[in-house]
Amino acid sequence: MAQVDSSGGIGIAVDVDDVVKRYGTLTALHGVSFDIRDGEFFTLLGPSGCGKTTLLRCIAGFEEVSGGAIRLHGEDIARLPPHRRQVNTVFQQYALFPHMDVLANVMFGLLRRGWTRRDATARAREVLALVRLADFAERRPAQLSGGQQQRVALARALAPGPQVLLLDEPLSALDLKLRQAVRVELKQIQRETDIAFVFVTHDQEEALTMSDRIAVMSDGRVQQIGTPREVYEAPVNRFVAGFIGETNLLDVAIRSVDGSRAEVLLPGGRPFACAAAAPVAAGPGHLSVRPERIELVAAGEGDLTATVRDHVYLGTDIQLHARLADDEAVVVRIQNAAGSAIPERGAEIGLKLEAGAARLLTD
Amino acid sequence: MAVATDLRRFAGFRAMTVLCLVVLYAPLIIVAIYSFNASSSITRWGGFSFKWYVDVFTGPEAPKFRQAAINSFAIATGAALLSTAFATAAAVAMSRAGRFRGKVASLALINLPLMVPEIVTAVASLVFFITIGFTTGLMTIFIAHIVFCIPFAYLPISARMQGVSDIYEQAAMDLYATPWQAFRLILLPLMAPGILSGFLLAFIISLDDFLITNFVKGAGVETLPTAIFGSVKQGIKPNIMAISTLLLCVSVVFVTLSWIIGRAGQSRK
Ligand SMILES: Nc1ncnc2c1ncn2[C@@H]1O[C@H](COP(=O)(O)OP(=O)(O)OP(=O)(O)O)[C@@H](O)[C@H]1O
Ligand SMILES: [Mg+2]
Repeated sequence: MAQVDSSGGIGIAVDVDDVVKRYGTLTALHGVSFDIRDGEFFTLLGPSGCGKTTLLRCIAGFEEVSGGAIRLHGEDIARLPPHRRQVNTVFQQYALFPHMDVLANVMFGLLRRGWTRRDATARAREVLALVRLADFAERRPAQLSGGQQQRVALARALAPGPQVLLLDEPLSALDLKLRQAVRVELKQIQRETDIAFVFVTHDQEEALTMSDRIAVMSDGRVQQIGTPREVYEAPVNRFVAGFIGETNLLDVAIRSVDGSRAEVLLPGGRPFACAAAAPVAAGPGHLSVRPERIELVAAGEGDLTATVRDHVYLGTDIQLHARLADDEAVVVRIQNAAGSAIPERGAEIGLKLEAGAARLLTD
Repeated sequence: MAVATDLRRFAGFRAMTVLCLVVLYAPLIIVAIYSFNASSSITRWGGFSFKWYVDVFTGPEAPKFRQAAINSFAIATGAALLSTAFATAAAVAMSRAGRFRGKVASLALINLPLMVPEIVTAVASLVFFITIGFTTGLMTIFIAHIVFCIPFAYLPISARMQGVSDIYEQAAMDLYATPWQAFRLILLPLMAPGILSGFLLAFIISLDDFLITNFVKGAGVETLPTAIFGSVKQGIKPNIMAISTLLLCVSVVFVTLSWIIGRAGQSRK
């Protein structure tokens, strides 16, 4: 359902343009901007209180923006009431109408848009079949399990064929097992319907596994937008590096810069060549290295020398907590394969950083 | 349960309970029993009979009681309907309009009639009607009843509203419902148990009212309570007991209904 917007560009479903939201003296969104493409699974990821829900409510129309524009296929909707926006929401608590059965819930939006009762019934049954709830049409929401309610909420929001679907932590009320199954299912439904999804979560694993692109937010600002791979492997700052996955942030001194590459001095004094996230100048910096991108070598070899403090058994992996000479903590993940030697507590070890997997960050 | 606050451990608890129940209910039970008395004494039992019930509908006072009953039920129905409508609007405003100026004052004003001694309201109403030159009669009773029923209707409605999250209306508007449709199709059905409960309560309060009615009713206009009072002044006959018992039954039915509906709504959330 790709549509052509007024500016002639194809495929931008939602254009969030410098949106500001203030609650009295508190600024919840400081000029947030991004584009969401047609058919894209777009995730807003960030810690609690960073403004994800606020942003979603601004797009849906439940909050009035204090500044900026929100364009839906080119049309500015930022000042329209919710019922005039072709945007549907899957609420965190589902908000299924308790006095209506499942079918009536799914038909609700269709009837408001002027569908005849007959067409609406047929369409609702079709969408219920899509979420595999065809046999539950006559039940009341209270007679469904949490996972089933979640799918009704999804069906209800999908039925009118919105230009974009907003989902506010739709999986957070489900238990872990179910959550993982629903992730796959949700992604599948998104592909089949080809509707742009804006998915809010504070669960980085959810974001990484489901999204086409992720916007990492903190404190009402977008920190980075990119594919899961980009934000994981090429974080632009310490917040993104630390929030998505685990990382080691080593204090380094930047010695020389050559375009996007730099040479730094590691703790312990050895030089190391790495990629920089942003243009840098000589001075202090932080090197982000994922625990699984560090190799154990004999003491004295490699880039760093450390002392083992503890190990944590994780099944497939073993997590090694070590300290550098200057007491900086380093975490290393080694595969729990046959024959992999686990150094004792207190042992001296050498650490080799995988070239190309370390990123130099300045903020 | 908390054992420490188990009232049963207090000395004299049982005796006190029994005493309260007897004082409260013995008169009602006696009235109900003696309404079936075959003799015309109100203190001596002369065998079981329905004759006083027959007397209520066909006896010499029947036309008076019939007219009074018609007035009472018409006023109670109308007053309950209108006061419930006002109370519903007030409850919606209180819980959905966010914070507005004078919100606390409005809440106090809605509930004030519950605190003001009824006799004061009665006198004030009469003075008010005389001042504006309104001739007393059915209409004045009707207006007075609407007003003092509002807080009674408001209580169960607003209690119900506390439990209805505004997320349902948001979901409705998200699904293209106009604010009015969201109210009519979502909020109103969800509030319905509270509204019905409020209506029944207002109805029974209006049906029962004597004091205010007695002040603002014009000469010759009677409702059931004032008609009963008028009859009693000329001596208590068992037909009064019969009509009181009937009124009691109506009250019990309505209050029970109101309670059941309120509770059913609660458990359905
Ligand atoms: N109605 C409101 N009035 C005042 N402040 C608000 C309101 N709604 C949200 N905020 C504030 O705005 C900020 C962002 O809140 P928001 O609900 O968008 O966070 P979130 O990212 O969705 O967090 P979570 O993951 O916990 O849901 C918070 O500091 C919050 O306290
Ligand atoms: Mg939130």
